[in-house]
Amino acid sequence: MSQTVLMMKPQRPWKLTPKQILPDAIGALFTVAATLLLVAITPLKGKLGFALVLIAMAITTVTAISWIRRDRKAAMNSTTTVLVYIAASFVIIPLASVLYEIVRLGANALSFGMFTADMSQTASDSPLNEGGLLHALIGTAYVVTFATILSTPIGVLTALYIVEVKGRFAGVVRFFVQAMSGVPSIVAGLFIFAVWMVQLGNAYSAVAGAFALTVLMIPTVARTSEEVLKLIPGDLREAGLALGATQWRTVAMVIIPAAKSGLITAVILGIARVVGETAPLLLTIGGADAVNLNPLEGNMSAFPYHVWKNLLIGSENAISRAWQGVFVLMVIVLIFFALARYFGAVKGNKK
Amino acid sequence: MSSTLAPNKTTPAPRVITTEPRFTDKVFRAVVTTGGMISLVLLGLIGFFLVYNGFGAMREAGLSFLTGFDWVDAVPEENQPAAYGVGAMLYGTIVTGILAMLMGVPIAVGTALFLSYYAPEWLKKPMVVIVDVMAAIPSIVYGLWGYFVLMPHAEYWAKLIHKYFGFIPFFDMPAPVFTRSPFIAGMVLAIMITPIVTAVSREVFAQTPLERIQAAYALGATKWSMIKAVVIPYGRGGVIGGAMLGLGRALGETVAVYTVLNLVYDIRIEVLLSAGGSVASMIVNKFGEADSVELQALMAAGFVLFLVTLAVNFVANTIINKTARE
Amino acid sequence: MSNQEDSQNPNNRKADMSQVTGKQESGTTSRTQAANPVATHSLSDVANARSAKQGQPIVGATGLEARNIHAWFGSKHVLEDISMDFFSGTVTALIGPSGCGKSTFIRILNRMHEFIPTAALAGQVILDGKDVYEPGVDVTKIRLRVGMVFQKPNPFPSMTIKENVLSGLRLAQIKISNADELLESCLKRAGLWNEVKDRLDEYGGALSGGQQQRLCIARSLAVNPQVLLMDEPCSALDPGSTLRIEETIRELSSSMSIVIVTHNMQQAARVSDFTGFFLSDGGPGRLIECSTTSEIFTNPKEKQTEDYVSGRFG
Repeated sequence: MSQTVLMMKPQRPWKLTPKQILPDAIGALFTVAATLLLVAITPLKGKLGFALVLIAMAITTVTAISWIRRDRKAAMNSTTTVLVYIAASFVIIPLASVLYEIVRLGANALSFGMFTADMSQTASDSPLNEGGLLHALIGTAYVVTFATILSTPIGVLTALYIVEVKGRFAGVVRFFVQAMSGVPSIVAGLFIFAVWMVQLGNAYSAVAGAFALTVLMIPTVARTSEEVLKLIPGDLREAGLALGATQWRTVAMVIIPAAKSGLITAVILGIARVVGETAPLLLTIGGADAVNLNPLEGNMSAFPYHVWKNLLIGSENAISRAWQGVFVLMVIVLIFFALARYFGAVKGNKK
Repeated sequence: MSSTLAPNKTTPAPRVITTEPRFTDKVFRAVVTTGGMISLVLLGLIGFFLVYNGFGAMREAGLSFLTGFDWVDAVPEENQPAAYGVGAMLYGTIVTGILAMLMGVPIAVGTALFLSYYAPEWLKKPMVVIVDVMAAIPSIVYGLWGYFVLMPHAEYWAKLIHKYFGFIPFFDMPAPVFTRSPFIAGMVLAIMITPIVTAVSREVFAQTPLERIQAAYALGATKWSMIKAVVIPYGRGGVIGGAMLGLGRALGETVAVYTVLNLVYDIRIEVLLSAGGSVASMIVNKFGEADSVELQALMAAGFVLFLVTLAVNFVANTIINKTARE
Repeated sequence: MSNQEDSQNPNNRKADMSQVTGKQESGTTSRTQAANPVATHSLSDVANARSAKQGQPIVGATGLEARNIHAWFGSKHVLEDISMDFFSGTVTALIGPSGCGKSTFIRILNRMHEFIPTAALAGQVILDGKDVYEPGVDVTKIRLRVGMVFQKPNPFPSMTIKENVLSGLRLAQIKISNADELLESCLKRAGLWNEVKDRLDEYGGALSGGQQQRLCIARSLAVNPQVLLMDEPCSALDPGSTLRIEETIRELSSSMSIVIVTHNMQQAARVSDFTGFFLSDGGPGRLIECSTTSEIFTNPKEKQTEDYVSGRFG
């Protein structure tokens, strides 16, 4: 039968051979050479000039090569391919720049006393070995923790209402939650200011800031939780109900444990969203310089507020402090970001 | 079928099935419903309190609140009443929002196409992470970066644009001040909205029915002609919805714009000039020293911003929900 | 181009072809069949009845040839040493139980196999004397000459019926001067013209399943392929549409080679001149036997073939 058939090796004849890539490589070299030449002889100079000419030359070269080798259809295909690659690199470049500058300007500003001192005794303008971020750290911790405590139940309950209970207003609630996620952060701050301060006559405090962040956090938690709950297969629910369990027990003992890591992800995503919010805090917490351990009373600081304050002062040391704060803030954000991905992946693997 | 056997037989009416939930379930449903309604109530409360507190200012100014350009405090010594108008700031908000969309949406959609159809396997996951990290960066970080890092470069580009395209009214310069302009603010916002638009576009592209893609390829299409014939017609609605979500985000952005935009209470069409407006930035700017009268006006301004972003997001979500259902 | 002209004069073309293949016009055939219904339903009777009226197919020029095709998905060997010749002017059916690689095989013929990331192959596919997998070949041109109709009808819903039929030309950026004539001839060949001629500007999604599939056939015809691959084209359709499409297949076979994958052995017996039987015993799929349809169903050489066509498995 097939004893005489040679063992054939799998091949991929559609992959580009070196011979085919050669014209493309030559084209790339030509592009760079032409760009350098054009930059030298025309008034387009500097990094921007180089980039512009490079892009224009790349598009022209690629299109021309395709047109000559094949036809117009292939040329258009090649042009759009180059454009799409350019678009993707336009996304990478700003992010790379942001991260690079944060590290460059922020890491330099790190000081040993950062987490043990506050700014109550030091002027923002003084050199960086004095003062620190402790007040901001505690403030952010308070505000974010309170916001999480408030928004997690509401967010999860909302998701449960939409997915499990499927009440009469489920569609309306879902739509309103979507609308709420578009509320600008400053409007959330204004709202809490109007209710908590103006209407109820309170002063700046950490809880006020927490309330404002809650308004922003609920939609994130609710929407992510909703997606997570929707992923739970209906068989699980039916199994619980078929065993004679009430809906409440089915949800509490079957659904929620199954969705646990997804719900954790939802909360972490919410935290990552609000930990860097500035505008609502500017209107609600007052921005103290000293450590304030009372979350219910008295001005409180937070990382975004600290950065903002120093930015507005504008002197060289103050700006350095601002970058210092940004660096620590970014580290915190990235930690939560990584945690969210970790828990999200766990959920994916369990399925 | 049975008509010949039982001519008098009629189909019985369906039985009514009632379930009386147990007490614990009733409590459960009540608790969950309350939690769910809180979101509804909150949104309504936001609108209510902003109006309630801003009402005085709005009534005082009337329609000129929306159309007036000035934002002047009262000067009681000279018997001059306060005149608060968000017109210029609202115009500025919309202009920077549109600039952000013009600059950001093509990049975002291009990136989404790249991730969906062009990227090699090993590059996809890292790029998705990159886009997600961009979404996680707080706006104040973008504000700082925009002012210290981007603005010098952007200033240079603005000068170039003015040099070569200055004959177009948008790019004219009554005074040669290029820093802190709507152009630069639009650039920062474009970077900030890219993740949202990319994410929504990617989701839409991923849902393109595979059979149509295969049909196009089987007819001898290149990748681009396939995208043009199948992906874009299918995903057009979703991408537009995503772009509008990005616009909504840009309209409400505060601190990122504050650093790179010089608030000037006047309407100008020159986007390269250091004169612009943003309702959100203005609120932050004026809040610290506002007296109760001005606070009312700021509340009213916040309400206007709330309505505008609500409208934009409403349209965006409607479009997205509609296309998701197809 | 001569195909198009001839297809507009079907009588001329069919008269010529009947001398080559011994087949009569399909119109006459179906009427004769209706007048003298086959009494039994066994496959061999159907196949024999068909070839009795049409005579043995005479081998025409080779249109497409597969030589020693192997296929892999990653390290999984899914097709082993398949060699087949698809003669122009004939219909070849590929039968066999599901999962033995028939769909993979035809996707190798029009270079759609390579879209799957782990796909690999060995062997050659010869079209007009040249291997379609040679480096430097313009794959989009290959797909213009080797068309495909899919199991689930997939007209482009964002295009009207007219645009759908001509979409192949638009995608390939081929410009022609007589678009309307081409439109009419393709729809006529696909057997859809009378039903849609008054609503060419309606959208493609509004048609029934059978009509949509015929629209897809018309769409594939517009780019004038030499070979038409059909991957279970009728399995999602009702019996009435199925028979209509089988008529279309018979009419089309006079101007091109048709390769049809089908699970339905009666369909293979009704429609094809040659049949290839694929089988996989847990390992890679293999071509067990390939010969004329009447032989496969009446007098198969391999025992596995006989077991399959007599229904003992699959």
